[in-house]
Formats: sequence, structure tokens, C-alpha cells
Amino acid sequence: MEEFRKETRAWLEENCPPKMREPLRNEKDACWGGRNWVFQSEDQKIWLERMAAKGWTAPSWPKEYGGGGLTRAEAKVLQQEMNAIGARSPLHSFGIWMLGPALLKFGSEEQRLRYLPEICRGEIRWCQGYSEPNAGSDLASLATKAEDKGDHFLVNGQKVWTSYADQADWIFCLVRTDNTGKKHHGISFVLFDMESDGVSTKPILLISGRSPFCETFFEDVKVPKENLVGELDKGWSIAKYLLTHEREMIGDYGEVKPLSQIIAENCYTPNPILRAKIAEFEVDAWAFAQTMSRMVMEAKAGASLGAKSSMLKYYGTELNKRRYELMMDLAGHDGLEWESERSNDGQLARSWLRTKGNSIEGGTSEIQLNIISKHILQLPGA
Amino acid sequence: MALLLNEDEKMLQESAQGFFTEKAPVKQLRELRDTQDETGYSKPLWAEMAEMGFASVLVPEEYGGVDMGFMAAGLISEEMGRNLTASPFLSTAVLAAQALKSHANDEQKNTYFPQICSGETTFAVAVDETNKHNPSGISLMAAASGNGFKLHGKKTMVVDGHTADQLLVVAKTENGTTVFIVPKDAKGLEIERTIMADSRNAARITFDNVEVTGEQVLGLVGEGDDILDSVLNAGRAILAAEMLGASSQVAENTNSYLRERKQFGRIIGEFQALQHRASHLYCELELARSAVYAALTALDKSGDDVGNVVGMAKAKLGSVAKLAALEAVQLHGGMGMTDELDVGLYLKRIRVTQELLGDSDYHLENSAKGKGY
Ligand SMILES: Cc1cc2nc3c(=O)[nH]c(=O)nc-3n(C[C@H](O)[C@H](O)[C@H](O)COP(=O)(O)OP(=O)(O)OC[C@H]3O[C@@H](n4cnc5c(N)ncnc54)[C@H](O)[C@@H]3O)c2cc1C
Repeated sequence: MEEFRKETRAWLEENCPPKMREPLRNEKDACWGGRNWVFQSEDQKIWLERMAAKGWTAPSWPKEYGGGGLTRAEAKVLQQEMNAIGARSPLHSFGIWMLGPALLKFGSEEQRLRYLPEICRGEIRWCQGYSEPNAGSDLASLATKAEDKGDHFLVNGQKVWTSYADQADWIFCLVRTDNTGKKHHGISFVLFDMESDGVSTKPILLISGRSPFCETFFEDVKVPKENLVGELDKGWSIAKYLLTHEREMIGDYGEVKPLSQIIAENCYTPNPILRAKIAEFEVDAWAFAQTMSRMVMEAKAGASLGAKSSMLKYYGTELNKRRYELMMDLAGHDGLEWESERSNDGQLARSWLRTKGNSIEGGTSEIQLNIISKHILQLPGA
Repeated sequence: MALLLNEDEKMLQESAQGFFTEKAPVKQLRELRDTQDETGYSKPLWAEMAEMGFASVLVPEEYGGVDMGFMAAGLISEEMGRNLTASPFLSTAVLAAQALKSHANDEQKNTYFPQICSGETTFAVAVDETNKHNPSGISLMAAASGNGFKLHGKKTMVVDGHTADQLLVVAKTENGTTVFIVPKDAKGLEIERTIMADSRNAARITFDNVEVTGEQVLGLVGEGDDILDSVLNAGRAILAAEMLGASSQVAENTNSYLRERKQFGRIIGEFQALQHRASHLYCELELARSAVYAALTALDKSGDDVGNVVGMAKAKLGSVAKLAALEAVQLHGGMGMTDELDVGLYLKRIRVTQELLGDSDYHLENSAKGKGY
């Protein structure tokens, strides 16, 4: 492993452009790839290409699908070495975070070979079509209909809160193929091109003043049958698998700057009450990081995290909200500015508002607590 | 202590309720924001508020005011909080009126009070200089120069600073602190409007050796700390009242949503986990109301303990209003994150009011110190 670390360090040193070692200044600095992606800089492009060539945009996926074929331990070393030089993630991708794991587990060989390599190269951008106006927390009551028309499905209905739907190339989407049985039955997991006839999106303006997500409408959209992932009517198990995966991830904000460092850099002088809150937060954040590590080790030993992912999702997102509340407390008047250059267009205030969605997206905090009550504590009636 | 409203106060509350819901509902703030209005509040509204006597609620009758006191001012502020009404009420009718009332000389009162009553002149009070409220750490200098002074330094988070006709500037003088009345067009003043998260007005102001005469001293040289005390207490209590209104309203919006949104074949308000959240918030809001009434009453009676009581109320409202806003977003689910609903506007306004004139942490620390620990 030390050998791998040495090689990795040397490779990163040589291949990661200096500009890609600076913290993201705004959302545009994050590279999302896709058909219509406009690189913010030559460095952003080079960095993606080099990492993709190594398979390191998806380090632990098998090599034949464009991944790096690394073991969990090696992937961790890679992450540590990237963190050490402050390397940006070369690619932000729902394809890597969400769809890929589903295809690896439930997709056909053909589907994997078709979609995974382009995901790894950042050539295709995906969005997640789960939630509907009347199916949020109660996702399984979704109603977007897919009728069997021989060689294709005909999809009609509406999704909502679809993150980046207006910028995505393809969507992985939960549709109803049977509504005669229980609600968890009759859901199917399909993939289709957002440029298909009958797909339209309408951005939703958020409290942060930005519009990263959309209402997404389907009117007689033809989806070829080969785009069905897994078995017909059994898509709920894929959705559940993915949600579990997503939850482990949402709770993990990776390496974030410790508040103590933010205080030092800005010469903040928090009063004793705020200091106590920050100290308490930092202890919780530390204990949470330890818990994350412990869970990774447990999972490595062969155990599935299962419902424990809800614990990570719940605690991790609530912590992140607390972190931003404290950053706002520290920044005081300055943190309230909304439009000035000085405030980078209200970056802090807008990020603070964005974090309020952390405990809603991917299943609300209340739903995570319900899952814990039911599946871990097995409380009566839960 | 007057923890119950008397008949006059109830009547005022009713008329303020009717007035703001009709003339300045949340929709107005949206319009001001979306049209990037230069003033940041509606001038016709302010003129009507003057007619209603709201602008002169603290001005003595002999100068044309209605002089109804702090409880009345608080009730008006609460209704403005409910409707997220933008207006120079806090800066002009409360902060400036209180400064003038407590320390101005007769000539200044004769000049400015009638202008406040008629709504023709607005004021901004410039206290803070750094990212956190710190009235004891003022460093803007007023150096004696000839018959007057030269002001040099910076102010930040000056509420209504970019629209005010007159600034009340707190400055360091040789023997303590002094407040100056400075017109907006004084030479050497640079006023930068800062648009805040709540779409309201604030400004950063730079003073580059701004010359002022002795007549522009509010009250006497060196009286600044006393003026500040009385102005800050008034402002904090009125802000607390505004926060009470905003948090009560956003909690009502949430409760309505709990009564109508359906998931899992049930109305989400049927889930006991959510019922308890709403009920807990209700309890907190009841305490918050008592704290606000106690602070306003203390101001009206101007007892010894005013500063402490007002500080405790501002601390309490800081945490309760924050809770109300955060619960509102969370319990609305994805809808709570949208600009379409008003929830986000409340969240943002409450964040700003938390910070203004000292956040909860500031007032908790003061309260602890005041009690000797
Ligand atoms: C930033 C963000 C990004 C998102 N991105 C996507 C995306 O890309 N694709 C996608 O498909 N969706 C996305 N979503 C949608 C998200 O998954 C839903 O918003 C979420 O599942 C909640 O559903 P809802 O909004 O309908 O809220 P509701 O389900 O209506 O919930 C309202 C409130 O009721 C509570 N509640 C509901 N049921 C219960 C219960 N049984 N017990 C106790 N409390 C309950 C909830 O916790 C919540 O507080 C995103 C959401 C956000 C905020």
C-alpha cells in the first residue's frame, strides 16, 4: 500500500494542474461534464481527461467499465492524497454517485458497457427522476405512467425537484408500469434521453436565488424497452438500493475546512457563548467522522450498512446545517450581504440557504428517523 | 407589569393589523426585490404610515407626535414583522426618534420632530463598524477642528443608510463618545448601498474627514454612551417585537401546511412526530410573546433594569425566531426551499434581525455578565 501511495502522490504531483488545487470559488468551478458542458478553463478540461484516462473519476469501478479498478483501501489512499494537495474532484456526477452503482448491481452487461464508460469520461450528465408533486417522502406512491407499447414504453407524467434536469443529457427515472397491486410493486426503473420528444423542464427558483432544480414533464415520451434496468415492476428494490447509497453519501461532506481554521483565517473573535457552540460542534463533527470511518470498516468486513445509512444521513446533514449556522454567526453582518463583489455574490448566505435542503433531499430527516425507529430499534407500530 | 394589552393597545393592534395586511403584505417586499427598487421600501407607504401616526409613535405630543410609547411601537412592529413590511420605521420612528427624545436640545427637537411626524425626513443611525455588533468598540474618530469636528472612519450595516436624509453617527471624541447629526450630502461622505439577504436596505458608509459644526452635536459632547444606551434598548425591543410577528406568522404558515399536505395517504399533521414539533414551537412562541411584552413595558416604565430585560428579550427572540424559521423550511419539505412560498423570505429576514443590534450570543453573554458570572 505504501508503494501505491508513493506512486499516486507522484502521479498527482505531475498531473494535477496547480489551478485545480485551489478551493472551488463558486458553483461553476465544479465540473459536471456532459454533452453541453462548457469547460471553465483549459485546466479543468485537462484535469478531467487525465483523471478519466486513469479511471480515477470512478476509482473503485472495474476497469472494463472505465473505472480505476482500485480496492476500497486504495481508493481511500487516492482520496487522501488528493486531499493532501487540495485537488478538486475532477468530475461531479450523478452518474458516478447514483446511477453507476445501480447499473453495476442491476444493469445488464450491455447497459454497463454502454453507459458506464461515458459516465467515467464525463461525457454524459444524468439527472434523477424520482420525486413527484404527490410522491415525496412517500416515494412509492409515484404515478408517472409507462405503458407497454410493444417495443417501447409510452411515458406520461410529472417529476419535481429534479436537480439539474435542464442541464442533464439523460434521466434515470422511476415510472409506474402496474397500478393494480401494492404501491411498492409495479414500479420500474428506466433510462432515457432528455432530448426525447415530449420531455420538457421548468426551473424552480429557490430561496437561495438560484434554480438548480426543475419541474420535469413527460408527454407521450417513447422509451425503448432495452432501457429498462432490472426486472419490470421490480424497480423499487433498485430505488431503495440507490437511496441507501445516496444517503451514505449525502451525509458525508468529505474534507471540509474546520471552523477553527475559518476563525483563524478571518481573524474572527467569537464571544464565549459562540465559542462554546463551536467547540461543541467540532466535537460532534469529530465523533461523526470517527463513526463514518467505523462504518466503512464494518462494511469492509462484509456487513451491509443497511438502515444505518439513515443514521449517517440524518446526523451528517443536520451537522452540515449546524456548521453553516455557525459560519453565519461568525461572519455576522458580512455574511448577510447578497450581491456585492466583496461577498462573492453572497456566496456564504446562499450556501447557508442551500444547506437547508440537505435534511430534505434524499429523504427527509424525519423519514430517516422513522427508518431507524422501524428497522434498527424495531419499535412497536413504527 | 402590563403583560396584557389594554383597550387602546388592542385598538391600535387591530388597526395596524388591517393596515399592513392591506397596504404592505409580503407581496410588496417581493415586488420591491424583483424590480430592484432603488429605495428599497415604498415611499407612499411611509407617507401613509406618517398619516396613521405610526411614524410619530414615540414623538412627544408637543412636537406633533402621538407619543403612544413603546408598547404601541412594538405592536406596530409586530404587524410589520408578520407582513415582512419594509419601511424606515425602525431607523427613523424608533432609533432616531428615541435619540432625539432622550438627548436632543430644544432647537433640534423643534427642527426634526415635525419632519419625522410628517414623514418627510428619514434617519439612519450609524453604530456598527465591524462584522459583529460591538457598540463599546467604536473607533470612528471625531477630531476637534476649529469650531467643530472632523469625522473619519467607517460604518457598516447602517439600516436604511442609503436612503436616509440625515445620519446619526456615533463617534469617539476626546472625552468619550458623541453622536453627530450629519446630512446625507455632507462632503467626504461615501455611502454604498449593500443589498442584504432579506432584500432590505443597509449601507456601508465611509467618512473621509467629514466636517461638522458644534450645532450638529446631538445633545452634548461626550453624552454618546447614554444616547447609545437608550437608542439600542429601544431598537432591540422593537426588533424583538418584529421577530415575534415574523415567527408567529411563519409558524402559522407551517401549521396550515401540516393541515393540508398529504403523504402516505394521511395528512402530515396526523404524524405525531410533527405534531410535537408544532406544539413545542407554540410553547416557545408564548414565552417569546411574554418576553417581548415585558421588554416593551420595561421601556415604557424606564426602570433601572431596562437594559437587562431588553437584552434577555432579544436573546430569547433570536433563538425562538430562528427555530420557527428552520422548522418552517423543514416541515414544508421541498416546497420550503422554493421562492414561490414565503417561508424563505421569513427565514432570511429573521436571520438579519437575529444579527441586528446584537445576536442571541451577544445578549446571553451580557446577561451572564450582568448577573455577575
Ligand atoms: C435540494 C434538493 C434536491 C433534490 N433533488 C432531487 C432530485 O434530483 N431528484 C428527485 O427525484 N428528487 C429530488 N429532491 C426531492 C426530495 O427527495 C423530496 O423533497 C423529499 O423526499 C421530500 O418530499 P417532499 O418535498 O414532497 O416533502 P413531503 O414528503 O411533503 O414532506 C413534508 C414534511 O412532512 C414530513 N413527513 C412526511 N412524511 C412523514 C412521516 N411519515 N413521518 C414524519 N414526518 C413526515 C417530512 O419529513 C417533511 O418535513 C430534492 C430535494 C431538495 C430539497
